[in-house]
Amino acid sequence: MAKLVRTEEEVMLADAARGFLDQAAPVAHLRGLRDAGQTQDRALWSGMAAMGWAGVLVPEEAGGSDMGHAAACALAGEMGKTLVASPFLSTAVIAATALRQVSDARAVQALARIASGEVTYALAIDEGAKFDPEATQMQARAEGNGFRLNGEKRFVVDGANADRLLVLARTDAGLTLFDLPADRDGITREGQAMIDSRDAARITFADVIATGEDVLGQVDDAMTVLAPALRAGQAALAAEMAGLAAGAFGMTVEYLKERKQFGVPIGAFQALQHRAAHLWCECEVTASAILNAGRMLDEDPENAALAVSLAKARATDTAQRAVQEGVQMHGGIGMTDAFDMGFYMKRARVGAEWLGDYGYHANIVAQARGF
Amino acid sequence: MAEEDRAIAAFRDELRAWLEANCPADMRDGRNDEASICWGGKNWNFTSEAQRTWLQRCVSKGYTVPTWPVEYGGAGLNRDQEKVFHQEMRRLNARYPLQSFGIWMLGPALLHFGTHEQKLHYLPPIARGEIRWCQGYSEPGAGSDLANVQSRAEDKGDHWLVNGQKIWTSYADQADWIFALLRTDREAPKHKGISFILLDMTSPGVTTRPIKLISGASPFCETFFDNVEVPREQVVGEVNRGWDVAKYLLTHEREMISAAGGTMGSGRALGAVLADSGSTDTVLRADAMRAEVDGLAVALTLERYKDQAEAGQGAGDASAMLKYMGTELNKRNLELVMAAGGSDALVWEDGRAPNWLRTKANSIEGGTSEVMLSIISKRVLGLPG
Repeated sequence: MAKLVRTEEEVMLADAARGFLDQAAPVAHLRGLRDAGQTQDRALWSGMAAMGWAGVLVPEEAGGSDMGHAAACALAGEMGKTLVASPFLSTAVIAATALRQVSDARAVQALARIASGEVTYALAIDEGAKFDPEATQMQARAEGNGFRLNGEKRFVVDGANADRLLVLARTDAGLTLFDLPADRDGITREGQAMIDSRDAARITFADVIATGEDVLGQVDDAMTVLAPALRAGQAALAAEMAGLAAGAFGMTVEYLKERKQFGVPIGAFQALQHRAAHLWCECEVTASAILNAGRMLDEDPENAALAVSLAKARATDTAQRAVQEGVQMHGGIGMTDAFDMGFYMKRARVGAEWLGDYGYHANIVAQARGF
Repeated sequence: MAEEDRAIAAFRDELRAWLEANCPADMRDGRNDEASICWGGKNWNFTSEAQRTWLQRCVSKGYTVPTWPVEYGGAGLNRDQEKVFHQEMRRLNARYPLQSFGIWMLGPALLHFGTHEQKLHYLPPIARGEIRWCQGYSEPGAGSDLANVQSRAEDKGDHWLVNGQKIWTSYADQADWIFALLRTDREAPKHKGISFILLDMTSPGVTTRPIKLISGASPFCETFFDNVEVPREQVVGEVNRGWDVAKYLLTHEREMISAAGGTMGSGRALGAVLADSGSTDTVLRADAMRAEVDGLAVALTLERYKDQAEAGQGAGDASAMLKYMGTELNKRNLELVMAAGGSDALVWEDGRAPNWLRTKANSIEGGTSEVMLSIISKRVLGLPG
């Protein structure tokens, strides 16, 4: 039976990730990118691919390590602790899971290029300010043997840097998912300066021509491919946010022990002790939901929707609580750009919105629970 | 399928068939409120024939204490089997056949600290629902500062002479025996002069007085010991080391109080409660959805810590966290139940109000929420002071 305990392999993977990321991508790395006007570091991604992380969900025959969703969540959690900027979620989790739903030779090749770190992806779904795939309006009109795409996508995370785009568009009788090179004629990408200093783009499609080969899965049936990919992405994002919460919380507890006022460490004050203890409880409870989501995706993916939405809702809530308490308990220094807590707060806000906010996922939980 | 999985599947099939064949129809409503619980003991009056039958059948299989060893009246289930047991009980919406402080608290403490003779003597009657226990911990001057207990047991050679007063002794007026923290060394530091002693409530010199609570019920009592003679061997663990037993037992008590949170008395999920009420209040709905999200995650955390314990990974001060989160959630849930019920729920006879009021004690009994947070801040977070 599925155990809500990390396996030895998962613990080793997380430890190795921590060791690598503390060297290669502490929070200072994100700060450096921001100060240089960049959102990603391709060399870092190559290093992560060399560690096998790009292929964590890629089958072994395509060169991946195929370690599963719980392992992907363990990696995402470590990345969240130091706010690692990389296309891991978009490429190694979401695109890889989508491609795995399709069993043709092209998909296997695409998976191999993901695992090697050669190719990165972004998922282009949102058109409004809130995540709602079913509300997609962008048109892919049938034309000859192919399609003509017109419309605009917003908040395409990792979209300015990605080599390829997974694009959701409306076709005759439903929604269809396209897998397009980002430099296809008619595609214009505008990277946006985001509060979390990470990559997100506004992308316009003006008479973009797609062939039948560009369709991932079946025409008018995007969800067979996309739904598992979204669930995988939501779970890994939840894990990242839980890691973010743990990172912010760890900084806060250290500060409570160091900072002195009234001649004592401020952590001696019960008003702060109880708030910190409460936050720890919230982090622990969320960790259970994350572990459960990974296990469900690996062992019973058909029935994982509740577990994934529970994880995303809880992680969203916990991360936001952790960064708000983090700033408050740090006092004035928490408000300064020179201190890292602000980076955590801003990433928590972006993570809260991406792939469905608290309300979106709480509604899914409630429906599954008879509300 | 691995052999392990086949074995667990076979266990599930067998258990399911047994439950289908043996759980009386009236015991399949999932109720877990005060009026439905079977507490057992010499003074117990079964509320129905079905309740009696269900208890007897479960006793015969060891299912009142499924994880206890068979020789002490249990079914000897391992962790996977235990999970299946609870899943199948829930699937049938079966009531638990017996609940008691003997099962939740004294049993685990005896299994850990008791001698073989003590286990053989005390555990099977708990499993069979024959002896009902109560807990003699708090005193008027020892609430959150529990180690400050002043009731004392004097060494008289072949027996202890017990004098003092306990308070908040749940169901002491109906219990057959009491496990009590008593001071056996008045010179030692307060944690080091306490012993964990078992007393027969029918001993001369024991009296109880129920305390009427805001719910209208009197589940708690004051218990007085006036020159009570207790046989020497009724100490669990070492003399003057009772605090170790007390703490161990408290972790089980906290998990029990926390686990009770999921059932909300009526044994029904918040979604169903809301649907029944016909409420169209979107604010209430949103609050209930948040509580549902948190409740599911807390329930998973309980499972995670059990899995960790089974895997030999220390769970730290998990019980303090579970107790705090579970009881705060339970209070929140019953507030929502009351809001969903509107004025219907304000009538005593309706039955929701006593459950709602009862939950207010959850974050006080077994260590207050604030004590739990202080334990976490010191032991887990290592904060000073």
